[in-house]
Amino acid sequence: MSTQLMTANHAAGLAATLAGRANRRGRGFGSGVYPITPQTECIEFLCKQDIEKGHVVRVESEHSAMAVCIGFSMAGLRAYTASSSNGLAYMTENVFAAGFYRLPIVMMAVNRTMGPPWNIWVDHGDTLMLRDAGWIQLYCEDNQDLMDLSLMCFRVAEDPRILVPAMLGQDAFVLSHTIMQIEVPDQAQVDRFLPPLDLPHRLTDQPRTVGGLDFPHEIEQHREHHAAAMNRVFEVYAEAQDAFEAVFGRRPADPVVPYRLDDAELALVSMGTTASTARAAVDEARRKGIRAGSLRVNLFRPFPERQLAAQLAGIERVAILDRDLSPGMGGILWGESRALAPRDALVQNYMLGLGGGDVRPEHLVAVIDDLAGLERAGAPIIQEVA
Amino acid sequence: MNEPALGGIAQRAQDRPEPILRPGNTNCGGCGMSIGWQFLSRAVAHEPIQIVIPACCGIVTAGPYPYSAYGAPILASTFASAAAMATGLSQAARLNGEATRVLCWAGDGGTYDIGMATLSAAAERNENILYICYDNEIYGNTGGQRSSATPLGAVTTTTPIGKEVGKKDIVGIMAAHGIAYAASLSLAHPDDAMRKFRHCLDLEGFRFLHILSPCPTGWKSEPADGVQLLRLAVSSGLYPVIEVFDGERTVINVEPSFSYEDLATYFAAQARFKRERYSLEAVAARIQRNWRRLRVQAAASAALAEPLPEPAGAPLAV
Repeated sequence: MSTQLMTANHAAGLAATLAGRANRRGRGFGSGVYPITPQTECIEFLCKQDIEKGHVVRVESEHSAMAVCIGFSMAGLRAYTASSSNGLAYMTENVFAAGFYRLPIVMMAVNRTMGPPWNIWVDHGDTLMLRDAGWIQLYCEDNQDLMDLSLMCFRVAEDPRILVPAMLGQDAFVLSHTIMQIEVPDQAQVDRFLPPLDLPHRLTDQPRTVGGLDFPHEIEQHREHHAAAMNRVFEVYAEAQDAFEAVFGRRPADPVVPYRLDDAELALVSMGTTASTARAAVDEARRKGIRAGSLRVNLFRPFPERQLAAQLAGIERVAILDRDLSPGMGGILWGESRALAPRDALVQNYMLGLGGGDVRPEHLVAVIDDLAGLERAGAPIIQEVA
Repeated sequence: MNEPALGGIAQRAQDRPEPILRPGNTNCGGCGMSIGWQFLSRAVAHEPIQIVIPACCGIVTAGPYPYSAYGAPILASTFASAAAMATGLSQAARLNGEATRVLCWAGDGGTYDIGMATLSAAAERNENILYICYDNEIYGNTGGQRSSATPLGAVTTTTPIGKEVGKKDIVGIMAAHGIAYAASLSLAHPDDAMRKFRHCLDLEGFRFLHILSPCPTGWKSEPADGVQLLRLAVSSGLYPVIEVFDGERTVINVEPSFSYEDLATYFAAQARFKRERYSLEAVAARIQRNWRRLRVQAAASAALAEPLPEPAGAPLAV
């Protein structure tokens, strides 16, 4: 273990490298990569690494980047890629394919605004578009998360009880290009945490068609198995947290992360780096005598419904902070979680930082003030911060 | 399958214990793809293989889960992704020291159209893949729409008055990538076809085979006439049977007679060609142009054997 300064992109690339090397005792490591701002430093890093029994294919599109990963993973290798925004949209068909093939591919996705018009800054709408692709989804809050949750993604995705791909979101530039101090594990530690992948349904030399025709009854069964595997993620994630702590001496983030919620009357629910800002705003509000708290949603798929409801019990007013907009509906996090607040609670949706607007503590203090004064919840509000 | 066949080209000892395309498949009678699979089975013999098949009749024919009409491991890929998924499988075999030969088996839609960028990139990277395109000149399992492999004049469900442009030169396109081997083969010329299958199975690097594949359903022709139609396509010069080594050496494998009568019979035997919608003269003129180009390429290939003069002067000092 060592302490190093690095960007979130480098942390992700380094985590993939360590995980890739850890499978040298298995069938190896494979990656298909294609550049898109602001993900490029991650794959550039990966392309410079010497990974024993590993290979990185420089492909011609995101669609093929995922297809190459599918080929590697189908052959039983540990597979990794990274993308962002319109790249994810272009990749989408094969993102679904990876999910339905039940391949434990890991992808880092830098959350960036979908275009046109073009904007390279943070917005969660790109990966949220993929929430139904049958992947595990996690959203990072800092650079350490890129290291720790990347390794968690491999561990959980490859667990024989799960075998579902995992996507790790991080906020464009706020994290991707920002240098922070992180704890970097040794290869020997990663080797202990990530045993060689043994994919039970890998393509061998036996006659078999993978991914062919499914009639309705078979689709019903396959979807049922997929949903059941997703439901097991909570248990396997918790076990992986324990194992992580035993090996690395620190504990990766829980599916939902509360802050000063115990005696709170009012809560801010958010994902990604907004959660850090929310904690600062909560402290500020508390100084003014408002009993505020914050809840970060780290795991978005499977959706931690039970944990969210338990954390929000007793809260009277809830602001759900989205960095995304589903036009014609509102914030996506709000849409998914508004029913989990207590029945008589006031739940208001605020969308802040769309297109990478810089969400600062004073913006969230203003949200708290607004929420505290509301008579009833209204339509979702797009709060301009830029 | 296990009887000696094809005039002794395929011997019992070389055959696979079962064909790659097994009974129970759902191909139409007279499907050229089915014949292609029999050739490939014999050529592959006992070698370990993995095959990627994108969306096309070739994957529908496998039948529904959990059955498989294929006697080989098959990965059913998304439409545009055969060459990319095969890249992963092929590199995985290399990393693990396995002798597995990775093949793609794709239709013309997955090759000429939606899969073209993926295919081109895999060829550019010189992945160790044998890519086989069975070309029925139509989107078959969606009911017969035009592709960029549909020939001039052919009526399809999306070209109701006949296609107004010709098909792409796929072997030329692939050869231009400088790959180890790009060839077209005729299922009506088994000696040449088997030689090509076996030759390119043994090569390393990216290899491409083009197979004109009769489709009685889409061509509106008699199922029993497929092989005869191929003979006519070859003899008339419409379908050149050639091979290109390393993107530079072109060899013409079957000399056509350029019979106008054969060309007329080829068109007349397929109801997809409506007499009032095509001009045989225009088709014959295209054949002439194409063959002039092929002859120049083949002649130039002979000149490749002659050494070039040494580069003049000293390398530039930097």
